[in-house]
Amino acid sequence: MIVRIGLSSCGIAAGGLLVKEALAFAFEEEGLGWELQQTGCIGMCHYEPLVDVIHQDGSINTYGNVTVDTAREIVVAEMSGAALEKYRIATDREPNDCLAGQVRIALRNCGIIDPESIRDYTDRGGYQALQKALTRMTPQQVIEEIKISGLKGRGGAGFPTWFKWNATRQEPGDIKYLICNADEGDPGAFMDRSLLEGDPHAVLEGMIIAGYAIEATSGIVYGRAEYPLAIKRLGKAIGQARAQGMLGNKIMGSKFSFDISIKQGAGAFVCGEETALIASLEGERGMPRLKPPFPSQRGYWDKPTNINNVETLANVPWIIANGGESFAAMGTADSKGTKVFALAGRIKRGGLVEVPMGMPLREIIYGPGGGIKDDKRFKAVQLGGPSGGCIPEALLDTPVDYQSIKNTGAIMGSGGMVVMDETTCMVDLARYFLNFTQDESCGKCVPCRIGTKRMLEIMERLCAGEGQPGDIELLEMLGQQIMEGSLCGLGNSAPNPVLTTIRYFREEYETHIHDKKCPAKQCKALITYHIEADKCKGCTLCAKKCPVNCISGEAKKPHVIDQNLCTKCGTCLEVCPSKWSAVSVS
Amino acid sequence: MSCSCQTEEKAAIQRVSTETQISALEELINRYKGVEGSLISVLQGIQEMYGYLPRPVLEYIAKRLDIKKARIYGVATFYAQFRLTPVGKHLILLCQGTACHVNGADKIEAALCDELGVEMGGTTENRLFTLTEAACLGCCSLAPVMMIDGQAYGPLTPDQARKVIRGILKQEEQSREEVGA
Repeated sequence: MIVRIGLSSCGIAAGGLLVKEALAFAFEEEGLGWELQQTGCIGMCHYEPLVDVIHQDGSINTYGNVTVDTAREIVVAEMSGAALEKYRIATDREPNDCLAGQVRIALRNCGIIDPESIRDYTDRGGYQALQKALTRMTPQQVIEEIKISGLKGRGGAGFPTWFKWNATRQEPGDIKYLICNADEGDPGAFMDRSLLEGDPHAVLEGMIIAGYAIEATSGIVYGRAEYPLAIKRLGKAIGQARAQGMLGNKIMGSKFSFDISIKQGAGAFVCGEETALIASLEGERGMPRLKPPFPSQRGYWDKPTNINNVETLANVPWIIANGGESFAAMGTADSKGTKVFALAGRIKRGGLVEVPMGMPLREIIYGPGGGIKDDKRFKAVQLGGPSGGCIPEALLDTPVDYQSIKNTGAIMGSGGMVVMDETTCMVDLARYFLNFTQDESCGKCVPCRIGTKRMLEIMERLCAGEGQPGDIELLEMLGQQIMEGSLCGLGNSAPNPVLTTIRYFREEYETHIHDKKCPAKQCKALITYHIEADKCKGCTLCAKKCPVNCISGEAKKPHVIDQNLCTKCGTCLEVCPSKWSAVSVS
Repeated sequence: MSCSCQTEEKAAIQRVSTETQISALEELINRYKGVEGSLISVLQGIQEMYGYLPRPVLEYIAKRLDIKKARIYGVATFYAQFRLTPVGKHLILLCQGTACHVNGADKIEAALCDELGVEMGGTTENRLFTLTEAACLGCCSLAPVMMIDGQAYGPLTPDQARKVIRGILKQEEQSREEVGA
């Protein structure tokens, strides 16, 4: 028997390490020789900690939300050959609904293998694509295969991968670099973290194949400082690959030599832009520069450099092993293959899903995502993070492919998909994103540096109930000018969240400006909390919990909120027992 | 191998460093001396040792690595990771990602500020806690989430956030009592 526990960041945060200890303790106490394995994220983050019990005959019971206590119960039940039904969420024959409709290419090993074991990876066909490329394909043939696959960059821009490889390959020079951009800075996205934590060798193998195709001399992973576990596992994987001859001199007996090192970023969203990333790698402030010259011509230390995203690279070994045509058979005419999305926000089942390109947004949100939390009404889905936009309910049947998403005003982005319900204020959300990009603007281009500041001031005014007629038009004009007058993708897209919310939720802006009301009841300056005297039973709970002691009243008599002192934190609404629901917001 | 012009800077770092920190700093300098483009790695190394970037240490490495102070300051202030002021024993990173934002991170922030008696970015008087923001911790399905000393907590309610802080405080008190006994 093998017991497998999900230990990526989300599993650990949910208490996975304690569950692992509890399992080990139970094995010892019961005198069981069962094997305890760790694995990465299967994507069902809302069920973490997840435990798989793999029986001798290969059948699997999967348990969700396992605690220290249930871990023991599970062991006891499984010892007697039974499953603990109340915690079982899936078996190998009946996969959980979350996995329905998913096609796992980039995530093929996540949640299955031990990410810290190269043997687990090779047992599932790992490094065979590399061997195929090195022994049976020329670099040009590798690029041709990627071209046939139709793979486009999964980091956001969606540029054809083969084209970038080919451009770097054709540049003259003895020294060329391959960089893996693992600085996933988009708030609301965690695809790359899960991949690096769950299957680091897939990314490494993709890098080595890419390195071979462009004839690079070395590779660098530009990692994110906030992802310590991903960096640790990747470092371990590099060590293992070196020891087994997949990295270093004359890889797998071929003439190709290549090694990979890790450099940690220091936290700057703009470093997702290629030229800014290169500046950061060189130890400087991460500020973009004008292109051309493109990194493929003059990149890291002025040498030809190719930069690919983590997910893009994780797809590469699969394409080489299975052929470009198999990859191109999935997806749409313009967008081939699959895409990993990080589902989060007001959704029932948050987590990672990998679906074929072209699947309608609705199917993703209501299929693997399970629909909206607390069965509230869907309002919008945000794609592409601070550079993207909000897609309203009317466009929920939009297929996810690069062009269709672009037509809505949003972008595919790296795959962050944040779902919002009726309790999300679109004006506040746009303000939130603008606050982010304003903070992250590197300051080089005036329209971006000052323009986003002016836009943010207007957005803050709107949320504070001080909006003026004409503000919407001013935002639109500023947004247009910032997009036109900025050098890099950050400035080119910073106004997107504001512009798309104006486009689809203009009335909500108008209500903020003209009626001084927030329909979603989120903007604190525009709402008041009341206790309805006829419903209040005087249980005193709200008065006890109020952080500013602004609620008064005798026990068993209706309470009153002092509006002058109220900070509108919403605690009273949260703690008021649902059988009375005496607190209202207006 | 220090020359006389460095004695002033050396004396300054001795005031903010322990013996172990000084030898680790020398090791760091030797590792990166002459390695082009390593300034960010050097600063990360210093922050790991001290918890922040002490000014005397930055002035010292400017001399030793022959990098202009202005350039060091420019890089140190550009990236979110670097801090120029000391932090408390426990660093609380409150996630400000989109998922946390729509799931009520502002309420967690209010509860933490109230519980600790500090504003966002502040350090408690007893130097036990520093409360800071993180752009996104990447644990979006646990939103709203915070990370303390590398351990993530989520999904949080304001009350749970307070409980986590009280739990750490209790541990601190216990360990102090043990030392006292």
